[in-house]
Amino acid sequence: MSTAAIPAPSLQATDTSRSRKLRNHLATGFIWATFLAAALPLAFIVFYVVRAGMRLFSYDFLVTNIPIISAQPGPGMAPAVVGTLLITGAATAIAVPLGVLGAVYLNEYGRRGALATFIRLMTDVMSGVPSVVMGLFIYTIWVLRYGLSGFAGALALACLMLPIIVRTSEEMLRLVPAGLREASAALGCRTWRTTVRIVLPAALPGIVSGAMLAVARAAGETAPLLFTIGVVSKPNTSLFGANTALSAQIFKNAQVPFPAAQDRAWAAALTLILLVFVLTLAARVVSARFARK
Amino acid sequence: MSSLPDLVSTRSRGRLADEAFRIASLLAGLAILVVLVLIAVTMLHSAWPAFREAGLSFFTSREWVPNEGKFGALAFIFGTGVVATIAVAVAVPISVGIALFVTEVAPTRLRVVVVSVMDLLAGIPSVVFGLWGILVLAPNIVDVYDAVSRGVNPIPVLSELFNGTQTGRSFFTAGLILAVMITPIITSVTREVFATVPRNDKDGALALGATRWEMVKGVVFPHSVGGMVGATMLGLGRAMGETIAVALVVGSTPQITANLFSSGDTMPSVIAFQFGEAAGTHRAALVALGVTLFAMTIVVNVAARMIVGRVDLRMRGAV
Repeated sequence: MSTAAIPAPSLQATDTSRSRKLRNHLATGFIWATFLAAALPLAFIVFYVVRAGMRLFSYDFLVTNIPIISAQPGPGMAPAVVGTLLITGAATAIAVPLGVLGAVYLNEYGRRGALATFIRLMTDVMSGVPSVVMGLFIYTIWVLRYGLSGFAGALALACLMLPIIVRTSEEMLRLVPAGLREASAALGCRTWRTTVRIVLPAALPGIVSGAMLAVARAAGETAPLLFTIGVVSKPNTSLFGANTALSAQIFKNAQVPFPAAQDRAWAAALTLILLVFVLTLAARVVSARFARK
Repeated sequence: MSSLPDLVSTRSRGRLADEAFRIASLLAGLAILVVLVLIAVTMLHSAWPAFREAGLSFFTSREWVPNEGKFGALAFIFGTGVVATIAVAVAVPISVGIALFVTEVAPTRLRVVVVSVMDLLAGIPSVVFGLWGILVLAPNIVDVYDAVSRGVNPIPVLSELFNGTQTGRSFFTAGLILAVMITPIITSVTREVFATVPRNDKDGALALGATRWEMVKGVVFPHSVGGMVGATMLGLGRAMGETIAVALVVGSTPQITANLFSSGDTMPSVIAFQFGEAAGTHRAALVALGVTLFAMTIVVNVAARMIVGRVDLRMRGAV
């Protein structure tokens, strides 16, 4: 490019015309406004959930049974708290080992091969499956034969968590320096020992934080539980037999015209949000520690 | 860490363990494929009676009367499309704005705030959005809808689109709630794409005297078009499959109408409400809706991933 024809630029006043300046300011204003557009709904929702939820939220609320007549005022979500913890816990116990092992295959064995690439694509497909479809799937394959149970709900949630855990774990495994594997191999370790003793421990904090985020998302899911777990009004601490969950109770009570039921829905929503945020925060702390290393 | 002799093993037991571990991890990887195949096969199988009975009219009829054995899904497909379109139309400009806010405009300290806000939004369960939507947003937005309807009354097309509401539970309310829900995912993908715009290109534009907005239009957008399309489609896929929040605020009245303020229904929502009490062909028809939804989201998601993936490759190849 020749520079000969370009006149010396004025170093003083810029020549930016009024309309260009105006448009720049408008665009900047719009960009600031979009931030508010996202922050305001969050503030509104959190404000309402906390304000309406506090009407009923207490220790009693967490340990009292759900009133059988939904117009009856007063606390009680104990079965839902038990159900959410139990079902989410079981889903985690199924999805995390399977997902991490799957990620080990993708990153340590399959790598750039055709099968691994295909599995990666299918993992993306699976993470796009709507949660309600997962519920239908578990209904047709499990509930039709063995009936409604907390375990069926856990299966549905595990199916939703699996692709998330595979992808995040694979990302974390990829971050482990190849030098560690080579050093281990040079010392005569077999691949499986290298993976279990060297690679996985190095990637563990990242895997844990990814898994916690998946758990947080699963804990809030409603659609896959609607036709898999049934309903109970007393705590069921067994994985088998009908159960209930916070999300399912919120869904049910939100549609009821009685203020008492709606109050329980708000307090259950507060409980659920607290649970999800604690998990998210824990994931943050774990991954922050990872980042410091 | 254990000592060296403990780690090293030359016995054949070690080779066996090695092979066993490889096979176990391969099986775990294959589990994804198995689940997907099972979803497709079992659901097609149980949806088959409905597809056989209704034939092509399943997709072309708008009559859904379970008691008379009429199963036309058109109104639900229409509703899903309308609600998802509203959501994307609202969420994409906002998400792009937020992504620009984070990458170009915001002071460093605010960036962390924005990212946290997005994470928190993404963390709120769908049912809580629904609860807020049905008890707070829908009752309060009726007046707004009425005011808009009166305002656009003389304008030909708009008066058809915004033609009053009864309960506030409508296509538009569902679309708004969905927009809030899909904003975090669109924002995070868009932000990653914007982050790949080479610093030199941006500095070059600014050095030539471009305003920040002109730089964004001339450098950031052309560089990121593919990624933005992909992000939009990821959001669309999410919006189409979202169930609970939409079920609570859409009004559950299957109808095909131009009025966005009227009640409607979507595929996931009708599954959520009717599946519990359904039996026989009705149940099969609901599973058939699930199959249709599954197929639609797969197409959208795979297309989105391919677009994002191709952009990703080009970014890595460039520079």
